[in-house]
Amino acid sequence: MDEARIPRRGLSPRLWLAGGWLLLALLAAIFAPMVAPQDPLAQDLMLERLPPFWLDGAEPGYWLGTDSLGRDLLSRLIFGGRIAFIVAFAAATSACLIGSALGLIAGYFGGWADRIISRVVDVWMAFPPVLFAILLVAVLGTGLSSVILAIAIIDWTRFCRVIRAEAMSQARMDYVESARIAGYGRIGIMLREVLPNVLPSVVALLSLEMGIAVIVEAILSFVNLSISTDDPTWGSIIAEGRLSIHQAWWVLVFPLITLILTVLSFSQFGEALKAHFDPVLR
Amino acid sequence: MKPCLDIRRLSAVLPNGQRVLRSVSLSVQPGEVRALVGESGAGKTMIGKAVLGVLPKSVRIVEGEMLIEGDDLGRLDAKARRTLIGARTALIPQDPLTALNPSRRIGAQMTDRLVRILGWSGERADKRIRQLLDEVQIRDPERVLKSYPHELSGGMRQRVLIAAAFAAEPRLIVADEPTTALDVTVQKQILRLIAQLQRDHGTAILFVTHDLGVVAKISQKVSVLYAGKMVEEAETAQLFAAPQHPYTQALIAATPRYTDPYTSLKPVDESVLAGLKAEIAAADKDWRPGHG
Repeated sequence: MDEARIPRRGLSPRLWLAGGWLLLALLAAIFAPMVAPQDPLAQDLMLERLPPFWLDGAEPGYWLGTDSLGRDLLSRLIFGGRIAFIVAFAAATSACLIGSALGLIAGYFGGWADRIISRVVDVWMAFPPVLFAILLVAVLGTGLSSVILAIAIIDWTRFCRVIRAEAMSQARMDYVESARIAGYGRIGIMLREVLPNVLPSVVALLSLEMGIAVIVEAILSFVNLSISTDDPTWGSIIAEGRLSIHQAWWVLVFPLITLILTVLSFSQFGEALKAHFDPVLR
Repeated sequence: MKPCLDIRRLSAVLPNGQRVLRSVSLSVQPGEVRALVGESGAGKTMIGKAVLGVLPKSVRIVEGEMLIEGDDLGRLDAKARRTLIGARTALIPQDPLTALNPSRRIGAQMTDRLVRILGWSGERADKRIRQLLDEVQIRDPERVLKSYPHELSGGMRQRVLIAAAFAAEPRLIVADEPTTALDVTVQKQILRLIAQLQRDHGTAILFVTHDLGVVAKISQKVSVLYAGKMVEEAETAQLFAAPQHPYTQALIAATPRYTDPYTSLKPVDESVLAGLKAEIAAADKDWRPGHG
């Protein structure tokens, strides 16, 4: 009788592209021992600074060339991806859980809860994040769990601020009032009426935060503060590549491309997911 | 017979001490439609919110009582009050666009109230909802129940909200300008539906509106409100035939008529407003909470 249902939109190309790259990188990281053509730690001074496969002097089996110690670059990137993804998922999820929970409480309950949480966020954000991270890792000691912890401790405020604002606007909606009239408790309303409507933003932020976590991890390993120097990470490869930029540009360029593609994909993936899940935009 | 809703000398203030409700008394008998008319800001929505227990935090009730079927809301603790309001009242909201949760399906939103308030099984609630959707003349309940709010038109959403309001058989429904946000052509249908369901279910309605045309169509009694003060109350027919207060007379004179669209549009006379303001100022001067 009224207008027809609005047809559901299909998955957008950017969701496909970003998701495709992430899936490829993730699978490569998970199955690294099977996928990587060489041992990422094996040094061979006879094979140092081999160029990528399309240039003269390249060796088969060393697709992206080797670094100044003769280690295969592609294999190192694949193994480095493992750490990037572990940090991305663990750190972003922890930051998301802490930040979203506090943001939801501050935004929905308001009053004292909001004042306290908002002040803490303000104080937190006064610290420059990268310096804060370096400081934290210096205090906590290097290692994978310290890096994850440091990122979660610093970045929960991103979630908190956005989710607080969204929860505030949701709390003023008439359906929240209707739920109150119907006799629902505050916590029940928060979880049932407010949370589902802020979830698309949570998802988008989570994906964005994964990208940020990858960058922060790279920064920390660039300054040698991430995990032990034996294991390849994208940041440490970039740091090494910087030293030999004039002899072997590929050692710097390929990890940079990998990093940029991954971070970009995370943020685009998040945006696309938000658009896909948002019932009003859908 | 106990009135369904009895408001006695209700006053409310803002944090700056400004009064938004001035000793309002009002009662709605069971099965009666009582219209509450006034300009925007007159406090008519505020009365509805006060009854439903959802006043904004900044508005404070400083005196008066509200009784639902003889139970004094002020004497109940917060939890008992919520339960009582949830079981005996419902709201038909003004804006069907924001009154439904955009991320949940219509069916789930409609049934969970019944399950929650009346303790019904999901199956029974579902059956009840379908019956109500039929009563509000929704022909394809299957599609509507599975839809998200944004997939329905404004008129459809308002039908859904009306069905939801009547589904739990409340004694009192507060209808807060339920036709204002709708298309003129849809307004009439919705109004007819509310009147129909009201008769069939024998529900009392506190009908908040600024539209005297709507008042004439739906209500048996009218209360006219200005700046939070009750100006006049009367049977609907009587109010239109012989309005007593100059403000009511001016309001009726200000209503546009289809037969004479250009000449009949008259604003409320300044002298009438000045008189009202003087009345209110005089009342406020010696008003103390509890002695109003």
